Amino acid sequence: MPLLKDGKTVDDVWAFVEDGHELSPGGCIIVSLGRFLSEHDQLLARNRSIGVRLAVSDDPALLARFLDQLHLIELQFPKYTDGRAFSQAQLLRRRYGYKGEIRATGQVLRDQLRLMIRSGFDAMIIDEANAEGVYDYSAHEFSEFYQAASDTTDTIFIKRQKKREEKAAE
Amino acid sequence: MYRYDEFDETLVRERAKQFRGQVERRLKGELKEENFKPLRLQNGVYLQLHAYMLRVAIPYGQLSAKKLRQLAMIADKYDKGYGHFTTRQNIQFNWIKLAEIPDALEALADVEMHAIQTSGNCIRNVTSDHLAGAAFDELEDPRPWCEIIRQWSTFHPEFSALPRKFKIAVTAATPDRAAVKVHDIGLVMKRNTQGKTGFEVMVGGGLGRTPYIGPTVREWVSKQDLLSYLEAIMRVYNRYGRRDNKYKARVKILVHELGVPEFARQVEEEFANQNAREKVLLPQEEVDRITAYFAPPKFETLSTKSATLDAAIAAEHHFARWCRNNLRAHKIPGYTCVHIALKPQGVAPGDASSAQMRAAADIAEKYAFDDIRVAHEQDLVLPHVKLDDVPAVYAALKANDMHASNAGLGSDIIACPGLDYCNLSNARSISVANEIQALFADPEFEDEVGALHINVSGCINACGHHHVGHIGILGVDKKGEEFYQILFGGRADEKAAIGEIQGPGLRHEEVAPALKRVISKYLELRTSKTEKLADAMTRLGQAPFKEALYAAA
Ligand code: HEM
Ligand code: SF4
Repeated sequence: MPLLKDGKTVDDVWAFVEDGHELSPGGCIIVSLGRFLSEHDQLLARNRSIGVRLAVSDDPALLARFLDQLHLIELQFPKYTDGRAFSQAQLLRRRYGYKGEIRATGQVLRDQLRLMIRSGFDAMIIDEANAEGVYDYSAHEFSEFYQAASDTTDTIFIKRQKKREEKAAE
Repeated sequence: MYRYDEFDETLVRERAKQFRGQVERRLKGELKEENFKPLRLQNGVYLQLHAYMLRVAIPYGQLSAKKLRQLAMIADKYDKGYGHFTTRQNIQFNWIKLAEIPDALEALADVEMHAIQTSGNCIRNVTSDHLAGAAFDELEDPRPWCEIIRQWSTFHPEFSALPRKFKIAVTAATPDRAAVKVHDIGLVMKRNTQGKTGFEVMVGGGLGRTPYIGPTVREWVSKQDLLSYLEAIMRVYNRYGRRDNKYKARVKILVHELGVPEFARQVEEEFANQNAREKVLLPQEEVDRITAYFAPPKFETLSTKSATLDAAIAAEHHFARWCRNNLRAHKIPGYTCVHIALKPQGVAPGDASSAQMRAAADIAEKYAFDDIRVAHEQDLVLPHVKLDDVPAVYAALKANDMHASNAGLGSDIIACPGLDYCNLSNARSISVANEIQALFADPEFEDEVGALHINVSGCINACGHHHVGHIGILGVDKKGEEFYQILFGGRADEKAAIGEIQGPGLRHEEVAPALKRVISKYLELRTSKTEKLADAMTRLGQAPFKEALYAAA
């Protein structure tokens, strides 16, 4: 399935390593939160790109102190109606200031892309032949937002305020 | 009334366009029904027994003549010439074709309306007191805050795939006319000890198969903090609400399983942890801008008495009765609030024809400052009518068969569509409601009985609010046959309570006679006419009424 990063299809260089399995010596690896928390010293000492997969019930706060050393966090959509990963992404971006990749996996459908982008996802694995086209369309379906989120803080409320201030300045 | 600016307008247009695309993909088979379902639901499109149904939001219940006429147009063009007002200040069109829904959404956008988030697992249409801005007993007008909540919750990126639907209601009056305690969040505007106006916050009320009265989670939150506090509640719910079982997924279950103190603690912790970027703060000018749309109309200075009205009352006893039952006190001398009860005998409660909608629109324009409300009792309300104009309003309503004089009385029944339209139903609701209405065919008898709420649901989902009727009726299926359980003791007001099931279910034809016995018992036992049926049940307990219920001749 295509991997989209910032709206472009790219090769996936990451591999998830199951708990208890040997870490391969090369490549970028993703581990579970449990494994990361128990082995973070060794994992981070490897001096290679490391990512963590969070289950929908995992608390992103547990990663807060490691975030500047992580390159990827994978969040899951076991079903596309399960929106817990939206809260996880918002917490990672807006509360803990995480700057690395947030990747969506699981049941990722085009009609959620806008919500994902807004919540802070910059990568997703999506089952669409024309993934870039679908992304481009979904990302621009709406041009205004009432809520500040990870993508923009320029909300309708703020724009209205700016217009008022411009008017007052005239 | 709030008017869209270019931003609000852009959003509803883009939404209509988006849904057109989704419907096209569905009709071409590119989108499976399974994946289309959550999308159509967030646009208020249900699949019912016979057809698709479109539920249109009437935010906090307010309409103008222009909007109501457009609803009439939609009823004529896309439905069978009528619409159905619901208990949550929405209107439903029961016979609309999927392929035509995008056009209907465009038509709604033309009058600043939409069907956004009227169903699905998201924050639904925010509801309020239908007398907001007119009631003499309110602290201030709650509608600006309803509008602010509407905007904040529209397409919320984090809260659009919640465990279950989420309903918010706001009131600012002491008597609760918005049933806030049976909502996922109920907000009651009130002053704190320093005299500042804010909100009491209740979380976890609801009906359905496990009814709860919403407990207070915070005594008072300031206006400025309201949206941030709502975000904190929503985030706790989105993260921890149950998703393993759809019948346990509402926030009420989370509140109940954690216990109120623990739920409140989690919300407070989340609220306290929000950083400056996460707080949802509206500039005061923005709050003022929205509030200005709800400025009171230009009332005249009038006396509290109207000679015209008094003369008309003296002259005609049908009119006198209608005035007694359908008028509510207004905060300004010389004005009144008029209930248009959409409950004539023998009609599905809440139904209105397109002609009736247009008539109500004309009346509102001519006599009521172009303001029409939808009440959760499935009635329409004209909140601001001059006493002098009441006879003319009545005459115009009568000409369109909208002069039922039963507002708040026994035949003003709330009922869901039941087996006639709904594919989840166990039993008919409309026909039971009609048979009960017939008990009150004699106006003198109905007035003698006085205030009485009878609510009917066709299944345990409780769309007809049977838990909070003074008398509730619930349709159940027993081996393929319709039966009706009877509940006593429910209330939806500030003393909200969940009714109790009395015993074995009754057959369809037994329901109305059984209620007649209960009502006779009440008339026999009450201390005086001022003791309403609900109060008599509180004083005497339910036993004597239960006995009457099952005392089949
Ligand atoms: C005919 C199609 C309808 C269907 C399939 C339907 C379905 C449902 C379901 C499944 C629930 C329970 C949800 C839950 O507890 O989580 C529900 C609740 C509700 N419905 Fe309907 N409904 C329909 C029509 C209506 C109508 C016409 C009204 C208004 C008269 C209405 C008002 C409500 C209300 C107020 C609730 C909330 C009860 C609560 O707070 O739990 N519904 N509906
Ligand atoms: S209460 Fe049951 S029968 Fe009535 S509308 Fe709701 S789901 Fe249908």
